[in-house]
Amino acid sequence: MTSRKLLSEAKLWLVAIPVLLWTLIPIYHIFLFSISTKDSAFSGRLWPKEPTLRNFGTVFRQEHFYLHHFWNQIWNSLWIAVAAGVITLAVATCAAFAISRLRVKGGRTVMNAALFTYFIPAAFLAVPMYKAMGTYGLLNSRWSLVLAMVTIASPYAIWVLKQASDKLPWELDEAARIDGATPLQLFRLVYLPLMLPSLVAIFTYALLLTWNEYLYAFLLLSHENTIPLAVGLGHFLSSDDSPWEILMATALIYGLPPAAIYYAFRRYMVGGLTAGAVKS
Amino acid sequence: MAAIAIPHSPPAQRRGLTTWQTWGLLLLAPYILVFLVFVLYPVTYGLWLARHPESYRTLFEDPVFFTSVLNTIFFLLVAVNLKFVLALFLSGFFVHERIWIRWLSVIFIIPWAVPAIPTIYSIRFMLNPEWGVVNSLLFRLFQIDGPNWLTNPQLAMCMAMLVHIWKALPFWTLILMAGRLAIPKELYEAASVDGASAWQKFRYVTWPSIRTLYITSTLLSLIWTLGDFNSVYLLTGGQPADKTHVLATLGIRYIRLDQLDHAMATIVVALPFVLPLVYFMMKRLSIDDQKPS
Repeated sequence: MTSRKLLSEAKLWLVAIPVLLWTLIPIYHIFLFSISTKDSAFSGRLWPKEPTLRNFGTVFRQEHFYLHHFWNQIWNSLWIAVAAGVITLAVATCAAFAISRLRVKGGRTVMNAALFTYFIPAAFLAVPMYKAMGTYGLLNSRWSLVLAMVTIASPYAIWVLKQASDKLPWELDEAARIDGATPLQLFRLVYLPLMLPSLVAIFTYALLLTWNEYLYAFLLLSHENTIPLAVGLGHFLSSDDSPWEILMATALIYGLPPAAIYYAFRRYMVGGLTAGAVKS
Repeated sequence: MAAIAIPHSPPAQRRGLTTWQTWGLLLLAPYILVFLVFVLYPVTYGLWLARHPESYRTLFEDPVFFTSVLNTIFFLLVAVNLKFVLALFLSGFFVHERIWIRWLSVIFIIPWAVPAIPTIYSIRFMLNPEWGVVNSLLFRLFQIDGPNWLTNPQLAMCMAMLVHIWKALPFWTLILMAGRLAIPKELYEAASVDGASAWQKFRYVTWPSIRTLYITSTLLSLIWTLGDFNSVYLLTGGQPADKTHVLATLGIRYIRLDQLDHAMATIVVALPFVLPLVYFMMKRLSIDDQKPS
């Protein structure tokens, strides 16, 4: 019996080790490059001879041609992500409340329109969106990316919030109505407090989606004062002799905040978001 | 949550209904505005731009378009199916109740949690034929010159698929895992009592329970993979010689070339494939929506 148990444990490890390597090698590669000097970066060693933090210093002091606007780009990334997060949250919460609790006429049609937007691949919507942003005169303004991301993030946000909101007991609304509450009071005093966990999840979702976005960012923004860090990183590969170790250090700085936020809010993300993602 | 089932219908209260409806419309208005301004108008205008048959004639004559269509079909068929077979298998691994497997699942989700650029660039550097770690190791261990991973179009497409799978696998594994966890344990216990083998348990208990989820997920993933711009563009940029484009990157390429009508036509060509899938997914979600929960 024990030998059989050992065998089944061994089988599990046989899966676990490849999974671990598969997941971590590209991540470790970033880390390895970012702490290597230019000469030792290509030596193929698993740990650099003289690990250094100099690359990060170069990034923070903006001491490379590709990094002259580093702090500005970080600021743009943050500004755009927070703005898109806040607006998505506001738009989606109001819509979900109106559809789910107020049972507004036409709510179903709007929900379908939102779902349609959700399922259309974002890379396809990018083409007409780019043209429209040009017509609106928003190209190269940070608002273009904010509004584009609100458009992309809202449908899923509304869907998830509506699902969560449908689960709230209907008696609450009835009680509020009998007590003579206005819709706004119901929204502010009953709905928002009860929905708080989902609201946190949705804000985080929109924030991360926007911070991580590359395609829309590089399509809509090209002026060096408005581009976020994602587009700045893209510029590194415009020439053949790009400094990999500095690029990887910058990439690490760019990738760490969203990863940290994801793990900090994982409790909400996994419960709140995967449930709505695909219904069986 | 509530012990008593509450009928899901608004109370029949005629008076004051209009103010509630007015507030409903007011709260719905911001999203309606977003939809009209940033989805409906752009899409309608885009379709109008793509109305000339001439655009399609020149598009079909562009050899890059033909290659991209083939690449896209290849990418969808291989990457999506491979991803889901792996996800199905790994979801069976991750449902084992061990502390260390729970920790492994936390690590496993990293590719999904981090932005695309850093990791895809990292893989791109690993695959560099001259300095990349993959070919260095191949040379050191086996004294062979590794292939030009990213300058051979076929190999480059395969690498783009690997990148796509690397990034999307954790998400779908989690979804299928949730499906597996929803299966009542008693079914497995009963099967064990009957002396069912591991394969029989999968065939007669697991698979019937998660089949619908598996198929729905695959279809959704088909649509999203069709729109996967990053895995291809950040890895190969469509190079060499524009031979590794898929439809998602091709549309953007035409924008960069300032050929907006071709960009739109590229998308219109994919619509007969996309729209039925979108319709099916919407249907699925609204059926679930009507079920009393």
